[in-house]
Amino acid sequence: MSILAASSTTATFVAPHVEFGKLSPMLIAFGTATLGILVEAFAPRKQRYGIQVGLALVGIAASFAAVLALAGTTASVVAQGSVAVDGTTLFLQGTILVISFVAFLVIAERKTDQNQDAFAAQGASVPGSAAERETTRRGWQTTEVYPLLMFSVGGMLLFPAANDLLTMFVALEALSLPLYLVCGLARHRRLLSQEAALKYFLLGAFSSAFFLYGAAMLYGYAGSVNLAVIAQHVAHPTAGSTLLYTGVALLGMGLLFKVGAAPFHMWTPDVYQGAPTPVTGFMAAATKIAAFGALVRVLDVGLGVNSAENVWRPVMQAVAIITMIVGGVLALTQRDIKRMLAYSAILNAGYLLIGVTSTTAQARAAVLFYLPVYGVAIIGAFAVVTLVRDAGGEATDLSRWAGLGRRAPIPAALLAVFLLAFAGIPFTSIFIGKFAIFQAALAAGSPDLVIVAVLASALAAFFYLRVVVVMFFSDPLPQGPTIAHPSIAVKTALAVAAFATVALGVAPSLLLHLANNSAGILAK
Amino acid sequence: MNPDNYLYLSAILFTLGALGVLIRRNAIVVFMCIELMLNAANLAFVTFSRMHGALDGQVIAFFTMVVAAAEVVVGLAIIISVFRTRRSASVDDANLLKY
Repeated sequence: MSILAASSTTATFVAPHVEFGKLSPMLIAFGTATLGILVEAFAPRKQRYGIQVGLALVGIAASFAAVLALAGTTASVVAQGSVAVDGTTLFLQGTILVISFVAFLVIAERKTDQNQDAFAAQGASVPGSAAERETTRRGWQTTEVYPLLMFSVGGMLLFPAANDLLTMFVALEALSLPLYLVCGLARHRRLLSQEAALKYFLLGAFSSAFFLYGAAMLYGYAGSVNLAVIAQHVAHPTAGSTLLYTGVALLGMGLLFKVGAAPFHMWTPDVYQGAPTPVTGFMAAATKIAAFGALVRVLDVGLGVNSAENVWRPVMQAVAIITMIVGGVLALTQRDIKRMLAYSAILNAGYLLIGVTSTTAQARAAVLFYLPVYGVAIIGAFAVVTLVRDAGGEATDLSRWAGLGRRAPIPAALLAVFLLAFAGIPFTSIFIGKFAIFQAALAAGSPDLVIVAVLASALAAFFYLRVVVVMFFSDPLPQGPTIAHPSIAVKTALAVAAFATVALGVAPSLLLHLANNSAGILAK
Repeated sequence: MNPDNYLYLSAILFTLGALGVLIRRNAIVVFMCIELMLNAANLAFVTFSRMHGALDGQVIAFFTMVVAAAEVVVGLAIIISVFRTRRSASVDDANLLKY
């Protein structure tokens, strides 16, 4: 009956008010991706690469300009309450766009591998078949990856801004679906790449089904998927909390999967190892930023009421501890540099979760500072991995890296900078980031988490330094890997990443100030 | 009829789907089980929509269907490319990446 009543009162249709200006960063990203598809359909094959790369870079720059233009505006919830454009959103969007720009420079690289990029000549051709040889001989390229990755960037911009669970779900899928495909398109070691795509897809879809069911439970609890309405119902409960906590648990599974936190981390090493290395760098940095943005929004806006915090905080703290232990211990045993960096990404997710569980403005600012500095360093690290090559693609086995510091001092020194930063050596950006997070966690009253984190950092220093020792203090192999000479674009990306890692460690105040200013503003 | 029963059905479907993902070995069947979980969520949305007397739950179900359709496109593309390479769609055969 109630549905009939509702439909008769809403007979006059009122067009929703959409603030296109405030949504412009996302609209530009999705628009660029759509244009990229038209280019794919109509531009001649030879010109596609140039047009696609140019279009993607211009799109990212234009979207970043839109973020800058919005930077001074007041925080508000737009598009009928579904997108929050506030300080935190804009900070994360700006970060994602800068990181994407650097990542695209590495993704578009063709000079390191005989004028071919990192992607299969034709995704549909079977590895080792005549069709594959023919398409490779003709020099075909999968230029579809650029519009696909732009769709992913658009999803990443929307994910931390989403203010209701439906928008968040759509953004999650817009972010993930293109990445599943791109993971399977590596030019070399295609079996590994396809396997990574299959695992990422099946586990990713599984986790997003949990997310959606959690959203359905919260809809049942609050009668709305809007985070602000959910927060009101949490603060003034009208029904039992069974639906609420079932929903939060399921929703949390979906988000923690994307973040790469244990025990939902299983996909990370396999996917990071199998995916094309430039894409791995992009995923490790940008996906993590977007997912943490969404996690912060759900926990702080939707469930930021004391009664709810007391329920989810111990659980999230336990997840943070497990994540740090799993990441730190399993990274020790790795022989493959990409897998080692994957476990290091899990470990860093643990540090970030400490910041998220502390829920003070100070902790949120620390998380906002940590995300960009970590993202830039991990992109740089994976960019160095693309340069060390064997006949069959990249030489990712650590034993092959022996003596690299003598044969190729510059790439080895750059990687050493990034690894020392991950290890938390003073005067690097990540040291400041860790310090800020630990300080905020102590202030919020959880010294136990900080103790585990410091112990995990000590463990982590061992495996980061082991790579440095292998590179600089062991003799080069007689038939070691070759070092590719990258184009000016990759050199720029590496220089920017290394400069940012050192400069933000020596003089972090500007970014810290920006993070502090952005963290206080969460539109509700 | 008491709408609660639809919620129980939805929970049963979701559990069956999750179990299927964990137990079944064929990638296509695993994928179908994931679709079953999404549809269980849809049923829950529509039922809650009826219970709250609001229409937005039904609208959300449409969004989910569109997303699920997009997911099918991507998923089948990946599963078929793996099948063409390995002549097998079993998730146990995809075991090169481990530890």
